[in-house]
Amino acid sequence: MLYSDKVMDHFEHPRNVGEIENADGVGQVGNPKCGDIMKMYLKIDGDVITDVKFKTFGCGSAIATSSMATEMIKGKTIGEAMTLTNAAVAEALDGLPAYKMHCSVLAEEAIKAALADYYKKKGQPVPESLKLPCDCEEGHCCSACG
Amino acid sequence: MSERFIYADHAATTAVTDTALAAMLPHFTRDYGNPSSLYRFAQEGKTHLEQARAQVAACLNAKPEELYFTSGGTEADNWALRGVAELMALKGKKTGHIITTAIEHHAVLHTAQYLEKLGYEVTYLPVDGDGLVDPAAVEQAIRPDTILISVMAANNEIGTIQPIAEIGAIARAHKVLFHTDAVQAVGHIPVDVEAWNVDLLSLSGHKFGGPKGIGALYMRKPLRLPALIQGGGQEKGRRSGTENVPGAVGMAAALKEAVDRLPEESARLATLRDKLIAGLSALPYTRLTGHPVKRLPGTASFVFEGVEGEALLLHLDAKGICASSGSACSSASLDPSHVLLTIGLPHAIAHGSLRLSLGPDNTEGDVEYMLKEVPAVVEYLREMSPVWDKDAQKPTWEL
Repeated sequence: MLYSDKVMDHFEHPRNVGEIENADGVGQVGNPKCGDIMKMYLKIDGDVITDVKFKTFGCGSAIATSSMATEMIKGKTIGEAMTLTNAAVAEALDGLPAYKMHCSVLAEEAIKAALADYYKKKGQPVPESLKLPCDCEEGHCCSACG
Repeated sequence: MSERFIYADHAATTAVTDTALAAMLPHFTRDYGNPSSLYRFAQEGKTHLEQARAQVAACLNAKPEELYFTSGGTEADNWALRGVAELMALKGKKTGHIITTAIEHHAVLHTAQYLEKLGYEVTYLPVDGDGLVDPAAVEQAIRPDTILISVMAANNEIGTIQPIAEIGAIARAHKVLFHTDAVQAVGHIPVDVEAWNVDLLSLSGHKFGGPKGIGALYMRKPLRLPALIQGGGQEKGRRSGTENVPGAVGMAAALKEAVDRLPEESARLATLRDKLIAGLSALPYTRLTGHPVKRLPGTASFVFEGVEGEALLLHLDAKGICASSGSACSSASLDPSHVLLTIGLPHAIAHGSLRLSLGPDNTEGDVEYMLKEVPAVVEYLREMSPVWDKDAQKPTWEL
């Protein structure tokens, strides 16, 4: 089997799929050309991420990493979410095939993009650590394949 | 897991038929002698090998002495291209020009690219939106130093059947050798090396109910390509290695069976295929890939916008449907299939491809089940896709 049981579980039964109306932060990363686009919606109360939803166009691991990433930041503080790494998401899924690791990178970046949007909406400066390697304003970047 | 099991990936491989298996079995345990040995015990195998050769040749309208067994379609393709190049090299021509298409199987494409590294020039002809090669473009590409034209008979991903006889006539008129990769065609559509005017033709046993690990290269007399594999001189010195007698016997039995049943079976499959095409093409932002009519009887292939192919396959697998996709994510590469890009699909759409290839075990009930489940999975994935507008039932992207 290509994927671990955990990846298959999150792929077949993805958690937190959907949109949040009037979300406090929305971030989209990826590129249709590469076949992966992730969009994250955050509801933030004070310092805590009270709700998170995602929509993903992509392969099995893209959907599974989105799902796992939302679970890992739900109920956590912004500070905790900011430090979530793609490696941690992949590890929580009991690993990903090497050529699918870019999907976990997208999940990390989608969260960062949503948090950056949150700061922008509040009129606050976006922390340096949330800046992505490419301009993802239009959701047309993919650090994995350019 | 689903209780249903529908194998709709016959273009990838097929089950060995009962007839083929029965023909093979004695050669594993009873008639296992090495055909090169002199004693009578081994000569039994030799006889069966030659009967198999005659049987396969007859199915192609070829002569038995024009057929060489190989380990499969890939070896046959490698041999055809490299063999022609080496034949010319042996005659002192160390460079030359090869014409092929941009939608060939990697067995041809990667061999052509390898020959480019050795100094040969290769023209990769484009195809139209339906995947058809223009015979006029083949003729225009011919140069004084063209040593080979290689055009596949039918495409493995989109099922388009090429005008091989027309291209063969052009190659003949210009006295250029002509090879066709007929791996997807043999056993599925009528194949006639005379009518097609081919000098070389590759086929693979496991695509039509034979075993894996056996194929053949047809070589029109008096053409004699140098051996790709050197050794003990089997296959009249052209393809060394102890003969795969059970494989050859199984392939021959399967091919004879497939060719005998071809008129009825291809009509039955085409009816099922067209039902799939009509049903699935009706979904919004969905299109058939490949030619609507000039296509393999069992192959139905599509792209669904806003959906990624690997995710589609995994959900279909959970519903008991085995299918395939040319999406990047279903392979280790980041690019979608070269075939889908060559027929002009944007990357974003090519990622959402699905191939359903039907075979003898598929029924009307299977098609009905797929017509229920495939749209359901497509709709489910579109609903979770950020690039699909559910209310408008269209993708949000402008490509």
